Amino acid sequence: MKTVKTLLRHVGEFKRDSILTPMWMIGEVACEMVIPLLMATLIDQGVEQGDMSVIGRTAAIMVGVALCGLTFGCLGSVFGSRAATGFAKNLRQDQYDKIQTFSFSNIDRFSTPSLVTRLTTDVMNIQNAFMMILRMVPRAFSSLIIAMCMAFVVSGTMALIYLGAVIILGSILGVLMSIAAKYFRQAFPEYDAMNESVEENVTAMRAVKAFARESMQTRVFKATSKRIYDIFLKAELVLAAVDPIIQTTVWGCLLLISWVGSHLIVQNQLTTGDLTSLLMYCMNILMSLVMLSMTIVMITMSSASARRIAEVLEEHDDMAVAAEPVTTVRDGSIVFDHVNFAYPSVTLSENDPAAKRRAEMAQQLINSGPENVLTDLSLTIPSGTVVGIIGGTGSSKTTLVNLIPRLYDVTGGSLTVGGVDVRDYDRKVLRDKVAVVLQNNVLFSGTILSNMRWGNPNATIDDCQRACAIACADEFIDKLPDGYESTVEQGGQNFSGGQKQRLCIARALLKDPNVLILDDSTSAVDTGTDAKIRRAFARHMPDVTKIIIAQRISSVQDADMIVVLDNGHISGVGTHDELVASNEIYRELVELQTQGGGDFDEDQFAQLNNTAEAQHSSDVDDDKEVR
Amino acid sequence: MPGPRGNAGRRAAGAKKARELDHPMRTFMRLMRFVFGMYGVQYSIVIALIVVTIFAQVRGNLFFQTLIDNFVMPMLASHHHDFQPLLSAIGIMAAIYTVGIIANAVSAVLKAFITQGFMMKLRNRMFAHMQRLPLGYFDTNSRGDVMSLYTNDIDTLRQMVSQSIPQIINSLFSIVMILVSMIYLSVPLTVVVLAVCAIMIWMTKIMTGKSGTYFSRQQKSVGELNGYVEEMMSGQKVVKVFTHEDAAKAHFRERNDRLYEASNKANMFSGFLGPINNQLGYVAYVLCALVGGWLAVSGTTGLTLGALVSFLTFVKSFTMPISQVSQQLNAIVMGLAGADRIFKLLDQKVEPDDGKTTLVSVCEDATTGTLRETADRTDQWGWRSPDGQITPMRGNIRLDHVTFGYVPGKTILHDMTMFAKPGQKIALVGSTGAGKTTITNLITRFYDIDSGTITYDGIDITNIRKADLRRSLGMVLQDTHLFSGSIMDNIRFGRLDATDDEVIAAAKLANAHTFIEKLPNGYHTQLTGDGASLSQGQRQMLAIARAAVADPPALILDEATSSIDTRTESLVQAGMDELMRGRTTFVIAHRLSTIRNADCIMVIEAGRIIERGTHDELIAQHGRYYTLYTGIQGAVQ
Repeated sequence: MKTVKTLLRHVGEFKRDSILTPMWMIGEVACEMVIPLLMATLIDQGVEQGDMSVIGRTAAIMVGVALCGLTFGCLGSVFGSRAATGFAKNLRQDQYDKIQTFSFSNIDRFSTPSLVTRLTTDVMNIQNAFMMILRMVPRAFSSLIIAMCMAFVVSGTMALIYLGAVIILGSILGVLMSIAAKYFRQAFPEYDAMNESVEENVTAMRAVKAFARESMQTRVFKATSKRIYDIFLKAELVLAAVDPIIQTTVWGCLLLISWVGSHLIVQNQLTTGDLTSLLMYCMNILMSLVMLSMTIVMITMSSASARRIAEVLEEHDDMAVAAEPVTTVRDGSIVFDHVNFAYPSVTLSENDPAAKRRAEMAQQLINSGPENVLTDLSLTIPSGTVVGIIGGTGSSKTTLVNLIPRLYDVTGGSLTVGGVDVRDYDRKVLRDKVAVVLQNNVLFSGTILSNMRWGNPNATIDDCQRACAIACADEFIDKLPDGYESTVEQGGQNFSGGQKQRLCIARALLKDPNVLILDDSTSAVDTGTDAKIRRAFARHMPDVTKIIIAQRISSVQDADMIVVLDNGHISGVGTHDELVASNEIYRELVELQTQGGGDFDEDQFAQLNNTAEAQHSSDVDDDKEVR
Repeated sequence: MPGPRGNAGRRAAGAKKARELDHPMRTFMRLMRFVFGMYGVQYSIVIALIVVTIFAQVRGNLFFQTLIDNFVMPMLASHHHDFQPLLSAIGIMAAIYTVGIIANAVSAVLKAFITQGFMMKLRNRMFAHMQRLPLGYFDTNSRGDVMSLYTNDIDTLRQMVSQSIPQIINSLFSIVMILVSMIYLSVPLTVVVLAVCAIMIWMTKIMTGKSGTYFSRQQKSVGELNGYVEEMMSGQKVVKVFTHEDAAKAHFRERNDRLYEASNKANMFSGFLGPINNQLGYVAYVLCALVGGWLAVSGTTGLTLGALVSFLTFVKSFTMPISQVSQQLNAIVMGLAGADRIFKLLDQKVEPDDGKTTLVSVCEDATTGTLRETADRTDQWGWRSPDGQITPMRGNIRLDHVTFGYVPGKTILHDMTMFAKPGQKIALVGSTGAGKTTITNLITRFYDIDSGTITYDGIDITNIRKADLRRSLGMVLQDTHLFSGSIMDNIRFGRLDATDDEVIAAAKLANAHTFIEKLPNGYHTQLTGDGASLSQGQRQMLAIARAAVADPPALILDEATSSIDTRTESLVQAGMDELMRGRTTFVIAHRLSTIRNADCIMVIEAGRIIERGTHDELIAQHGRYYTLYTGIQGAVQ
């Protein structure tokens, strides 16, 4: 009920249409109901009396009524489709707008595919359900009521037969439909499991074939397939009963009417015309009932969609907004003061099976309950320093830097940027001044230029070129035939890993930040270029605080200050030489990476290839595409 | 029945694709052969039973003529009210109806079995067939397209087989029978009804045409919006970081409004159809009453009052099946499009596998010193040719003048010759797209070469049964894919009869044991969604364990440790070295530490081997390898 209320609030400007549609539908039904009455008049007073003037007059009225019905029906369609599609439009927009206000921890609660489903398929389901509620339900319902009333007017005795039939048929249908719906609900998870199995096999076919497991996989699939068969068969068998039961009722009624009706006619309590109208009402009443029960089932089946949408609309941004937000960031100094951080305990979305499963997995993996991932961490970073952060997988490097632009709130202690607690800033201002190049960075479809302008919508070509030059992205952009106007495909698929990373860095630079955070953002860039980018940072933006998370020692060894993180604690802070002397973990890393270390970087190969064997480049691309 | 998910969009998408259908009739006949092949008898019975049901229905309508003319009117005329004849007439009618209802019930039950059985068999057949397709199919078809075969397309087929075809048969029979009855009752009135029906069909055509235009426009907008949403949702964190929320809202609004415009119009026009057909039905009714009334009054055509009443009930039941047929035709067209795509999958050529040589466990015969096949698991393997000859498996792999391209005319590998002696470690080095992975694809026969030969212990690999060839080559691939199930199951994927201890030993070798132990459920932790909650590095460790448990005679490692951080890698490396000992190994890597101790390094560029030799030899050569190596060292220092 609460769900329905939440959704209905978003009908908005389409309220008038939503209210009028049922009216038109009732009007249409009313017209249709008058017709059998006119029919009776026509037969009794016209045909039987041989009075052509009555026939003509009644026929004219009937055509008039039919035209009225047509008008009402069409109006119902115009208003109804506007109301339903408009409602859908609002639901989409409002959900989308809401998602834009989500904080990172809000986003973590929903899986990406589930958000997409909520915005698309779920809204479509609600649109259809709403259309049915506005058009079919009033139509069927009023048709049922009016036909019933008319039947009572014509003959009370006969109407009682209908009433009995409606009650019996209604309750049988109700029971059958709810049983079927139960089976369908059982079937959906199985169905999802089957789809998952197909998807798994399609993506992992190489592994399946590598281990020659084709027949085993087929056996597993057949078992799932059989389970679906069993459940759906039960559901369909239940539904198979519906049609014959309706038929039994309808035909039973017709025979009863014939029998009782004949008696009444003979006793002069009923005319033959009345009998004809009663037959029509009979069909009307029972068909409306069937229609009503089917629409109700379909509407209840969309309730899951309704819940999923309501969940997004009701989600609250869990980050408090400062009462008097600070709107300037003085400089790039950062102070962590006894910071504790734990990811919010996983209260994942109920209506999101994928997210729920992930949550269960996460629970399994991180033992139990929220645990501090950063504990009592203190660190002072003066404005303009170059900070390297290094540590193994799971040492909370990313978590640490995500706190700076307030992507998450600290759970204990405080964090200041430019001398002001991050929670006191206007969030937009803070994030514009603290630029993060995320580990899992994304380019959007468009052009290189349009992507660059994410950093600054007013950036000129010159600004973009400057930023790209610092990020060493100009080298390859200049070689592209369309330069900065080159198309970027979704997710930047048409660029190599290293190129993408450099574009993302340039995009962040355009924000003109006080703090620049690179979260493992040069991992696919070869060591030489990596060093070049860092030199450019030092030359062009000396005042900006630069925080660099890296796997490679070479990326951080020149930093003013290197932080070694280990399992949420700072294991050591200092320069390269200091740490080599004092820090066990750091020394170990250095040893590993300098003996026989280094990478043959993809990009470096690519560069060599470009200069050496350009004529083979087309073959090279094909190979990449086909695989 | 996959439920209420996205039916509208799917429907329109189907309609769009339907127009591309080349031979609708051929596809239809093939589908029918398919259905009748599985459920010929049952499906025929269903159709026969439908006819019985319709007969009962039509017979019932005729009954109302007799009711008034033969029973009510005579009784009204006479003063002697004898209801006995009416009772027996109703009794007969009730019997007919009962037969109709039973027929309907039986056919409904049969239909449920046929539909679900058909779907299951089709699914299973598709899946089994898919498993036998060459890798090329999966490399060239998007995952989404393949997935939609199992969901959308199979569902449109279900609708077609279980609803549309019976419905159309039903409607056609109804139309014919009612038409016959109507003609029997009154020819002039039948002409009137047919005229109105013609108008009805014409109007339907106009309206569906109009709404069709908007539906396809809606479909385009839906596609656009979906694409936009998918992209933006996966980049939502970037949107936040760049405080790009307002722009994102505005962009979304544009697309959302376009979708609204199109879907509003589409729904409106299709919504007109109902009232128009309904009211035209009444117009037909009125016209018949008017004409019929006049005819009855004039008495010229012998139309009785009872016949008119009966006729009028037919008018309503005649117009209904006509609009039903037009609705179902659309579903049929969509079903055929789905069937066409499913048949395309089933028509895909399966991976050729005519090799007769198999991999068997062998042991040395104590007396003769020769090898003989054994059912026990020994550490020795041999190739058994069809004539029973046993060749010892050593791991001698040779590529001889191999040329290959994925697409005809675009050669990827040019005249490549290389060999791996038993137990050697061969490293392949080169840039993305140089052809390294392609080489491994050919050795495993994921793809077949265009010319040249590949031999394994002197046997042409095309003569080896594929499953055995692949079993002899353990593979750890760049992208690790895990399956739903426990960690234990996932490792055991490598060898199904491995004991728990063997699985654990393999996990230890891959250095995965430590992290697995830390999980509350240890080896029984359930993985879902491709092991999404494990890090890429952990997944690679599991993949290494999976290859280790398979205990293959030879190994292919394609960037097997690329996602494992340097510190962990040094731990995994020990296990990898252990795994590689004594096995012929092809390793693709870009980390120097992995490459340096290879017996031979092949530097591959644009499908050609440009340098080969050991690390020291290549350094001494001062060639490409040297440039790369020193370049990196320079950057580090």
